[in-house]
Amino acid sequence: MSRRISIDPVTRLEGHGRIEIFLDDHGEVERAYLQVPELRGFETFCQGRPAEDMPQLTSRICGVCPMAHHMASAKALDDLFQVEPPPAARAIRELVYNAFVTEDHALHFYFLGGPDFVVGPSAPPAERNVLGVIAKVGVEVGRKVIAMRARLREVMALAGGKAVHPVLGLPGGVSRPLKPEERDECRKVADEAVDFACFTLETFHKLVLERSDYLELILSDAFTHRTYYMGLVDENNCVNFYDGRLRVAAPDGSEYAKFAPNQFLDYVAERVEPWTYMKFCYLKPVGWQGFREGPESGVYCVAPLARLNAAEGMATPLARDAYDAYFAKLGGKPVHHTLANHWARVVELLYAAERMREVANAPELADTHVRNLPSAVPREGIGVVEAPRGTLFHHYSTDEKGLIRQADLIVATQNNAARIAMSVEKVARQFVTGGDIPEGVLNTVEMAFRAYDPCFGCATHALPGSMPLIIQVRGSDGGIRSVLERGADGAIRKRSGP
Amino acid sequence: MADKPKVAFYWCAACGGCEEAIVDLGEGLLEVAAAVEIVFWPVALDFKRRDIEQLADHSLAAAFVNGAIRTGEQEEMARLLSAKAQLLFAFGSCAHLGGIPGLANLFTSREVLATAYPPDNFPRHACRDNGHALELPELFDTVRPLDQVVPVDYYVPGCPPTPRIIQSALQALLSDTLPPRGSVLAPDVALCEECPRKDSRPPDLTVAAFHRPHQIVIDEEKCMLAQGILCLGPATRGGCEAPCIRGNMPCTGCFGPTSRVRDFGGKALSAVASVAADEAALEAIPDPVGAFYRYSLPASLLRRKKNGGDR
Repeated sequence: MSRRISIDPVTRLEGHGRIEIFLDDHGEVERAYLQVPELRGFETFCQGRPAEDMPQLTSRICGVCPMAHHMASAKALDDLFQVEPPPAARAIRELVYNAFVTEDHALHFYFLGGPDFVVGPSAPPAERNVLGVIAKVGVEVGRKVIAMRARLREVMALAGGKAVHPVLGLPGGVSRPLKPEERDECRKVADEAVDFACFTLETFHKLVLERSDYLELILSDAFTHRTYYMGLVDENNCVNFYDGRLRVAAPDGSEYAKFAPNQFLDYVAERVEPWTYMKFCYLKPVGWQGFREGPESGVYCVAPLARLNAAEGMATPLARDAYDAYFAKLGGKPVHHTLANHWARVVELLYAAERMREVANAPELADTHVRNLPSAVPREGIGVVEAPRGTLFHHYSTDEKGLIRQADLIVATQNNAARIAMSVEKVARQFVTGGDIPEGVLNTVEMAFRAYDPCFGCATHALPGSMPLIIQVRGSDGGIRSVLERGADGAIRKRSGP
Repeated sequence: MADKPKVAFYWCAACGGCEEAIVDLGEGLLEVAAAVEIVFWPVALDFKRRDIEQLADHSLAAAFVNGAIRTGEQEEMARLLSAKAQLLFAFGSCAHLGGIPGLANLFTSREVLATAYPPDNFPRHACRDNGHALELPELFDTVRPLDQVVPVDYYVPGCPPTPRIIQSALQALLSDTLPPRGSVLAPDVALCEECPRKDSRPPDLTVAAFHRPHQIVIDEEKCMLAQGILCLGPATRGGCEAPCIRGNMPCTGCFGPTSRVRDFGGKALSAVASVAADEAALEAIPDPVGAFYRYSLPASLLRRKKNGGDR
């Protein structure tokens, strides 16, 4: 009898999702689907809204990465109104943006993805969370993490009013300059952030890399896909989160393309599948060949793993060393191992903290001129940033009064959607196999998407998007025979279908 | 352990900002985790829907639900948590009033789908892929706040609620000092009362012309309305400590109305109209629905644009 396993909802990520795994008569995986069952419709209801409201409206796509949407939107407004922010405004934006990336990457490591390694992939589910991490690393370290996160969010709130749904972004600058005592505070927090990032990298080495079983898992074929990689780079081809050109590395690591953000739509197209609200991006010139890897398939990847592959280095000294160590250990460029995302994220955490420190000490930050008022008639604008979860693209066109006619948003997780779907399926195929399926195995399937730090809220901004995880077992007629779900005690329970 | 009150956190049509707001309790979160048993919180904990379904009715002391109701699945989850919890808290603007995703009520679900997908290729409620039957939850035409779906006991306002507001709500729950059911857990006064720029508001305030925020350099000390910047402070419930105004941008109304007001947008419009010098001054506000009902269209008297919606 063929069966179906559902994991519902998927957990420790932003948004709703579920995984449906179909097993054949021998209990082997026939096909696994990651479904996103929600859609909110931002691209529709932003029509008619004033363009200058977009940084605040679109931040509500995602409350985990509101600063990413806010900033991509503010940059789209610069372009729309054809007005450059003054140097101080650019510095403030970069300062808070890197504070945000530092905080967000730390959140993923300690709260979302990290528990799988720190507590263990097959640990009881009731412990496999941030509280379990704190139990493992000690309350003192836990307090340190919590305090650092709070400090970074204070910096974001200083400049942006509040950390969740900031208000600073306007076309041509930011809403206010930083006062001298606020700049002092930013410098202090930046110093602490660099120390904290170094501590996190050490912790990662100790808890993950020194474990041969984890290293084996990271390098295993189940978690490997040879795809294209995309990320923003600066003029030296180093990773940059706020600005630059987009660079795409081919599966063999060579440069496939490099282009300005306004050429984004020449390179990226979206594929629709009827079984999910999420759309799948692919490289337009390569084309959609289905959920396949290799140079002939347009499937590509964004976020930490991809950014490190797409760049040639890091722009700050400590992160540069970490970058070199990462590739040395994982066998050179490019790294195709999905779980290496966790390590790449910590390398980026260090870069973001160092970059924050650079900007916090930049002399232009002291200038009180933080707005250039727009005078041009708005028509069309594009803004791109690297969100923690990957390349984020906002594209608006307006009427002459600046009311939105069309808003196209391509968000980080959408870029990764095809590769995430492939990862979930591949891991399911290798680990879910006949007979009893231990809970830890289901969590291993979840680790396949968790490595990407996906945001399904973002990915389905357009509709009712939602991404919870269940395993339903179905007969070959498609009827539900039983549903497997993890209990709080870690046991798998079966219940009969309707 | 067994005696600790059980609490669930869940999200419907939301952004995750309410989850971040809870994480932003910082060390306060450790205290909460020590005082209650969190039995469901998908963003952070690995409990599944089945775990909740297995609980006895009313076995949760409280469920905090954020997000609006947009899909069949969200309605099911709201009903499930309503049955399992003794107290249901609508957490954040979306659950309280519909929130920004509630602006989708200016459109039909078909229009929403048509914007996002090619005309012949919408995701479907039920479909088959290589013989595998897959379902997606139904997408409703109308976004609803939580209390249009299940009875709500308390409202925690804000987009997102601020740590202080959350902290005091949890405190009231744990110490059994909650106000009468149906209360919004924030001070019942207008934001202007706690605004740091309160003293710069002229007693006889008249706005000759409204400006859009990108059109002028906004003074950091002066009352927003006195500068001609549309600020909803006079109509909005306080308690947030005015973070947007401290960020030098106006209040957009996320805490919703005070207890004496039924329709937030109507109240906000009349508050602003009463200080406008004349009709021409108001004409500079380009998007009245988006400005006055930004967070509250689904909870308004009209609820949605009447264009053939299903509910």
